[in-house]
Amino acid sequence: MTWLAADVAASREETPRVRTLELDVPDWPGHRAGQHLDVRLTAEDGYQAERSYSIASAPGDGVTLTVERLDDGEVSPYLVDEAREGDRVEVRGPIGGYFVWDGDEPEPVLLVGGGSGVVPLAAMARQRARVGSTAPMKLLRSSRTIEEVIYREELDALAGGGFEVVHTLTRSQPPGWTGYSRRIDRELLAEVAWPASESPRVYVCGSTRFVDAAADGLLQAGYDARWIRTERFGATG
Amino acid sequence: MIVSRGFRGRRRDGPPDRVPPGQYLTDDFPVLSAGPTPHTPLQEWTFTIHGVDEPKGWTWEELQALPSETVTVDIHCVTRWSKLDTVWEGVSVDTLLEAVEHDAPYALAFCDGGYTTNVPVEDLTGGKAWVAYNYGGEPLDPEHGGPARLLVPHLYFWKSAKWVRGLTLRDEDEPGFWETNGYHLRGDPWLEQRYWGD
Repeated sequence: MTWLAADVAASREETPRVRTLELDVPDWPGHRAGQHLDVRLTAEDGYQAERSYSIASAPGDGVTLTVERLDDGEVSPYLVDEAREGDRVEVRGPIGGYFVWDGDEPEPVLLVGGGSGVVPLAAMARQRARVGSTAPMKLLRSSRTIEEVIYREELDALAGGGFEVVHTLTRSQPPGWTGYSRRIDRELLAEVAWPASESPRVYVCGSTRFVDAAADGLLQAGYDARWIRTERFGATG
Repeated sequence: MIVSRGFRGRRRDGPPDRVPPGQYLTDDFPVLSAGPTPHTPLQEWTFTIHGVDEPKGWTWEELQALPSETVTVDIHCVTRWSKLDTVWEGVSVDTLLEAVEHDAPYALAFCDGGYTTNVPVEDLTGGKAWVAYNYGGEPLDPEHGGPARLLVPHLYFWKSAKWVRGLTLRDEDEPGFWETNGYHLRGDPWLEQRYWGD
């Protein structure tokens, strides 16, 4: 797979630890919602480092990454703190053909995201809006605080017409908070998830601990393991 | 060469003869899997070799009774982490394949949860692969593939199939799960065979 030049066309802070970069990749072959790509950085003396990142943008809507800084990481601190408009990196992709949703299936979809695990799920929600899918879709998001809910206004604004966003804030809640305020557990999933009788498509993304808790809870709710697609991130800084 | 302005890197590469191109070292043991973690009771667990005239199976107790080896190996995940000097105990695939008559060039490992991965038989034999059930002296955690996983450390770690339940020997190479989803058929980290076309 070929490395492609990618210019940072725009960037914005989502939270103090998370930044979105819009990349201009003239030779990008296109992607599916949920796929990822590789980023390669080269220092002046030729030293290189590579990591994989989920693609945040819907197909046909450019190449956007949203990166969380891992303090002991190598690539994410550069992308979050250093890279700005006009800077150049290399990318290759798209990668992965399993954790994808194209928007052409009628089955209900449950998206479960922990923290920045929402990034590939946001691509799916954006794809649903972009293609006018009527598949019922719920996005269950777990974040520590309201300030750390990335894309909050944009995704909340997509609600309606069969798309719903459910928040849980695990560390602190603002005054008057009406969403959930605990880690995702079996009871919470039983309240939010589609009934197992609807054979939903499920995409879970987050830390290993988050993904295991969500997937186990859904199995206990009667979900078939084959419906549940997971993406875990750990030490990929 | 496309230089990213201001990038220096952290350069904790480790010994170059042990860290393949594009990899970085970690002391963690990250987890990657495409679905929920299966939990098969040991009394229901078997390991079976199919694709031969007389398929051969072992129960958990029978596998434990086979001679085991303890090996210290470096492992390399396609997501770019490498981990040095990991210690595993398990049964050599040579020992298992000795129990069947075969001349097949390919194998497809199958697992709880439906995962599969294809490996040439010559990458599984000659002391290069194990069915491992202990890690670091302890029973292998389910999240890392317990009760037993394939261990093929000279290939990218997705070939070391978690929750392995057997091998199907084949005359032709059949792509497994990740191999049909964009990843390389063989996956040699020293050749950086990550994706289709690498």
